[in-house]
Amino acid sequence: MRTALALILTVLCLWQGLIWLAQMPPFLLPSPRAVAEALWLNRAEITRHAGFTLAEVLLGFVLGAALGAALAIAMGFSDRLTGVLRPILTFSQTIPVFALAPILTLWLGFGMAPKIAVTVLIVFFPVASAFLDGLMRTPQAALDLAQVMGASRIRIMRHLRIPAALPSLATGLRLAAVYAPIGAVIGEWVGGARGLGALMIHANGRMKTDLVFAALLVLSVMTVIFARAVALALHRAWRRYGV
Amino acid sequence: MTALVRGQAWVGETPLFAPIDLTVAPGRWTCLLGPSGVGKSTILRLLAGLETGARFQGEVTRDAPVALMAQDPGLIPWLDVAGNVTLGARLRGTLPASFLSKYPGGRETDPVEGSVSRGAEPPLDPAARAAHLIEAVGLADRIHHLPANLSGGQRQRVALARTLFEDRSLVLLDEPFSALDARTRAQMQDLSARLLHRRSILLVTHDPAEAARLGDRILLLRETGLTDWPVLLPRPEAAARPFDAPEVLALQAELMRGMMA
Repeated sequence: MRTALALILTVLCLWQGLIWLAQMPPFLLPSPRAVAEALWLNRAEITRHAGFTLAEVLLGFVLGAALGAALAIAMGFSDRLTGVLRPILTFSQTIPVFALAPILTLWLGFGMAPKIAVTVLIVFFPVASAFLDGLMRTPQAALDLAQVMGASRIRIMRHLRIPAALPSLATGLRLAAVYAPIGAVIGEWVGGARGLGALMIHANGRMKTDLVFAALLVLSVMTVIFARAVALALHRAWRRYGV
Repeated sequence: MTALVRGQAWVGETPLFAPIDLTVAPGRWTCLLGPSGVGKSTILRLLAGLETGARFQGEVTRDAPVALMAQDPGLIPWLDVAGNVTLGARLRGTLPASFLSKYPGGRETDPVEGSVSRGAEPPLDPAARAAHLIEAVGLADRIHHLPANLSGGQRQRVALARTLFEDRSLVLLDEPFSALDARTRAQMQDLSARLLHRRSILLVTHDPAEAARLGDRILLLRETGLTDWPVLLPRPEAAARPFDAPEVLALQAELMRGMMA
């Protein structure tokens, strides 16, 4: 806690020092004080936009995680399906989400749907990938035993492979929690008037750099809290499984 | 005859072992003794119906379902001792809901399968049977411990209780005590001989001392093939032979000579 505080203070000092030394105009780099002021003056608007972004992040995260986990389990059942889907999945990750966002907006409109869709796209890959990795690495001794005990594939999946893969799934979810807000913001940049991403784009267009920074600050803090909350919730729920 | 493996196995084009003819006699300990890498475990895995990584040509038959206990006890880290002992029932979906609710990892029981197996199970309910077996292996005070909080010897005791819970007439032991220290190993041999009494055992081991203590019949597996080693020494009822008896030590030396030949 003390280290974090010292780090924040150092960054603030460097920031202010840079402005004094380089004589930066406020529309290029606003002072910490200007950002704080913008944050306070626009608190109602920022809170409203942050609420939209948070809703998109939560929905996108839950949907993306469910989709990714379901896909991993399906692939864990069938080597053939894995053989077909793995290259497609890898290929899908070569397409930048930035390029997809406008198309999604075209298809899904200017509401929340395209933002959630972008978030889902960003979340599901790390979740599916990490979970599948875990599902394929069940200790052989346990699998041998289960086979001799006469377990069905479904019960082996439910009682052995999935629980043994929960630490891997948690790794994927923790990673996805950090990236999920990026997905929502990309969606908001592209279309619509709601959310922190939209607020930033509009403020940027009107040279209100202090407001951009204020929104960015809120987004960062929100992301840190969300990622931490996800990690804590996973640890509490799955501690027994070594998460 | 309880189980039989007759044939030959290859890894790629290299023969793993020469043609063998191995039978496991009912109610007795058959020890398969040999150095590492001659295919002892392959034979055991063939009998268990598991993937071996070798190509086998021949015949594998057994007239009884098996239970398996290996060097890696294969305990489930998130299940406590009771949960691990009843793993087989959990994996077959035959644990009653009341039991599962106490041990997370499962939810409902299949009503059809549950009723079918209840007829086949001994009269005791699974929880009581598990508790009884855990007591028999001397872990009554650790019934709710997780495997991480047990010693190596205690983990093998859990594995033994789990094997007994399966209640199979044919039990396959794949070097189950070879990772234990000498004293714990001797104790586990005594305990196993007592608790697995009357069952048909195939014990795979590379330890001549273990074969000398436990084998009613000792089969020496070498690169050249399988040798039936005459065992004239009787074994006390439901017990291992004493590790310090001169006849047992002599047999151990004799087996060692056989392995070196």
